[in-house]
Amino acid sequence: MSGTQTARGILRKYLPVVVLVILVAVSSALSKNFMTAQNIFNLLRQNSANVIVSLGMLLVILTGGIDLSVGSVAAFSSVLFATLLDERAGNQMYLPLAFAAVAALSAAFGAAAGYLVAYRKMAPFVVTLASMTAARGVAYMISHAKTIPIANTFVNTFNKGSLMAVPYPVILAFAVFVLFALVLSYTCYGRFVQAIGSNETAVRLSGIRTSLYVMSVYVMSALASTLGGIIESRTGVGDARVCQGMELDAIAACVIGGASLSGGRGTALNTLTGVLILGLIGNIMALMKVAPYPQQVIKGIIIIVAVLLQGRGGKKQ
Amino acid sequence: MSENLNEYRVRMSGIKKSFAGVKALKGVDFSLRPGEIHALVGENGAGKSTLMKVLSGAYDCDGGEIYIDGVVAKIGTPRRGKELGVGIVYQDFELAEDMTVAENIFMDNLGSRGIVRWGRLFASARRMVENLGFEMDVRAPVRDVSVAYKQIVEIAKALSTNARILILDEPTAVLTPRETDKLFGTMRVLKESGVSIVYISHRMDEVFSVADSITTMRDGEVTGGGLISDFGVDRVVELMIGRKLDTMYPPRGAEIGGEALRVENLSGDVFKNVTFALHKGEILGLFGLVGSGRSEIARAIFGEDRPAGGKIYVGGREARIGSPYQGRRHGIALIPEDRKEQGLVLEMPIRQNMTMTDMKKICGPLGVISVSREKQTADVLVKRLSVKTDDAGNRADSLSGGNQQKVVFAKWLNTDSEIMIMDEPTRGVDVGAKVEIYSIMNALAARGVAILMISSELNEIIGMCDRTLVIDNGEIKGELSRGEISEAGAMRLVVGGV
Repeated sequence: MSGTQTARGILRKYLPVVVLVILVAVSSALSKNFMTAQNIFNLLRQNSANVIVSLGMLLVILTGGIDLSVGSVAAFSSVLFATLLDERAGNQMYLPLAFAAVAALSAAFGAAAGYLVAYRKMAPFVVTLASMTAARGVAYMISHAKTIPIANTFVNTFNKGSLMAVPYPVILAFAVFVLFALVLSYTCYGRFVQAIGSNETAVRLSGIRTSLYVMSVYVMSALASTLGGIIESRTGVGDARVCQGMELDAIAACVIGGASLSGGRGTALNTLTGVLILGLIGNIMALMKVAPYPQQVIKGIIIIVAVLLQGRGGKKQ
Repeated sequence: MSENLNEYRVRMSGIKKSFAGVKALKGVDFSLRPGEIHALVGENGAGKSTLMKVLSGAYDCDGGEIYIDGVVAKIGTPRRGKELGVGIVYQDFELAEDMTVAENIFMDNLGSRGIVRWGRLFASARRMVENLGFEMDVRAPVRDVSVAYKQIVEIAKALSTNARILILDEPTAVLTPRETDKLFGTMRVLKESGVSIVYISHRMDEVFSVADSITTMRDGEVTGGGLISDFGVDRVVELMIGRKLDTMYPPRGAEIGGEALRVENLSGDVFKNVTFALHKGEILGLFGLVGSGRSEIARAIFGEDRPAGGKIYVGGREARIGSPYQGRRHGIALIPEDRKEQGLVLEMPIRQNMTMTDMKKICGPLGVISVSREKQTADVLVKRLSVKTDDAGNRADSLSGGNQQKVVFAKWLNTDSEIMIMDEPTRGVDVGAKVEIYSIMNALAARGVAILMISSELNEIIGMCDRTLVIDNGEIKGELSRGEISEAGAMRLVVGGV
């Protein structure tokens, strides 16, 4: 362990943050409009749901699994939440109750997927591919493919308002980030989730109920998706079409943040950074008036480059 | 001297190899004549497999020279090894399970110009297998073939690339006596045709019945060698362990108490009707070879595998143990056979590995870990087991094999388990660390912990166990007390007769 090796280790650990800083610098140089408070908060607001969902995804990825259903569960939560509050349908449920009901259903959904993965040993990819389809279908069934206005002033204020120029959803996303970072670093739960991803057998043979932990991460991911789905509705409607492809953004964010898809490696900070890198790339290209389709291509290339950079570092371990 | 060189097919001299600073081979000399069966014996971790991996090209050596037929050979890659005529059959086979026997045999040479001619492929595979004195359906997928036949497939695969030097790593470990005899027949046929065979084993009876010459290794060095006729079993064992048997094992003074664990008619996939009792302060040996079902018995007791039938009693009361979690709650600990895959999370710090088994001790409300309490707990364990590390915050894989094993022990000392099942507790550990582990075991027994020790090393069994159950083919064949097993006659019987 020489000094240079340790320095390299630290660089590798915070590589995504370094990349983000460089991107911010480049973006500021490219566009005058980038470094304005309005643009930055707008960028953060747009990505709050992604942050929360990606952190849920991170837990799953840390165990060596994957959750393709996050976007669908978010959409399902969005329409169910709106429906439960819908006065036209005569529901108008008490807000905390509506939220609890959506969270419970979504958790049950995650638990079902988690059960199949953890106890029936089915491949996470397959299970969540199925639940992705199913949840989206349920969302359409509830909403009859129509948008449902969210008839609750608190929710709408929360989704559109801000505290001293910082949008509420950004504050919420930051709070969730802090929570996840603390859980991963300082609790038994976080430790076991990471250890399982490194060597599930060794953890199980230490007398730990690994299956329970594996199942739980799918519940956590579903809950994060619910939160993401609800705050995503900036326009104040529940919509079964929201959050399409969100699972891919979430996975990309984790991977850009250095998480290993085989599990065990990844941090909350770097995942947050991953979301911001992805969001920032989209933002600067929009400011530069790059057309949408080339934007996607450039995004794809940047993901590959980010991972290549880390792959080099990773192999040396 | 040059005349001497030519009489050897292989001559390795001064071979050195280190892994992460640990010297696995410390300047080893080894020679192999044409058309001989050469036994390479030593305890686990002595360096036998490493030496042969250097010869086959799986490892590149750090120093030394290799001559094949008197010519200096730079091997370095498995491909080059094959070209030079070195074939190796590993203990855990490297076969493509879903492909046919024939495809596996000719894996390196399936057809000409990328086109497989199935008829020809099957015919030559059949001929190949028949030449080895076996018969099997070469169109069957390897998955459906018994272990013994997989071995033959591996040998045929090695020979298909015209191997003149064949290395067999513990080939009989998984075979029945009849299959073993058949394999020996094949080996003799190959020997007659001029193939040189290196036979890695620690079963003395087999070594003495099949080998022409022998080399013994210990701790990365060659300790002796020559024609087999110049050696006796006792001499070979002494060369293997490097000291007289009785100085290796610290004296024991544990008092044997009441029953801690009782197993009645336990049956599973590969074992049946296993019945025994284990007492407080007792070290009970479970002696059997790899594949005899011994690890599976341990896993069933601990809750990792679900037994097909039978009962387990802990402290006199029937215990239903459906998972390792429940096993731990019943005060049972398992030191698994493979510490890297099953014992440790290598990427995690030593400290976190140690405390994993009992997080309650170091957690506050809401499962928040107290870093200082964790540090303290781990430091006590590091000291108690004298784990050699300057910082328990280092990753577990920074430790040597012996110290890693101590960490696995520490995990379970942390739980104050009353029953400890140890599956090959000293595998791949150097002699010094072995003695330390034996002392730990004795200290545990003295505190009243009941220990079930699985081992395939007879010396260890003789030195450590109060009683020993001999297991073969999933059944307990007999029980030997301490006095009985240490007699030379009993020793030969167990080594050879199982």
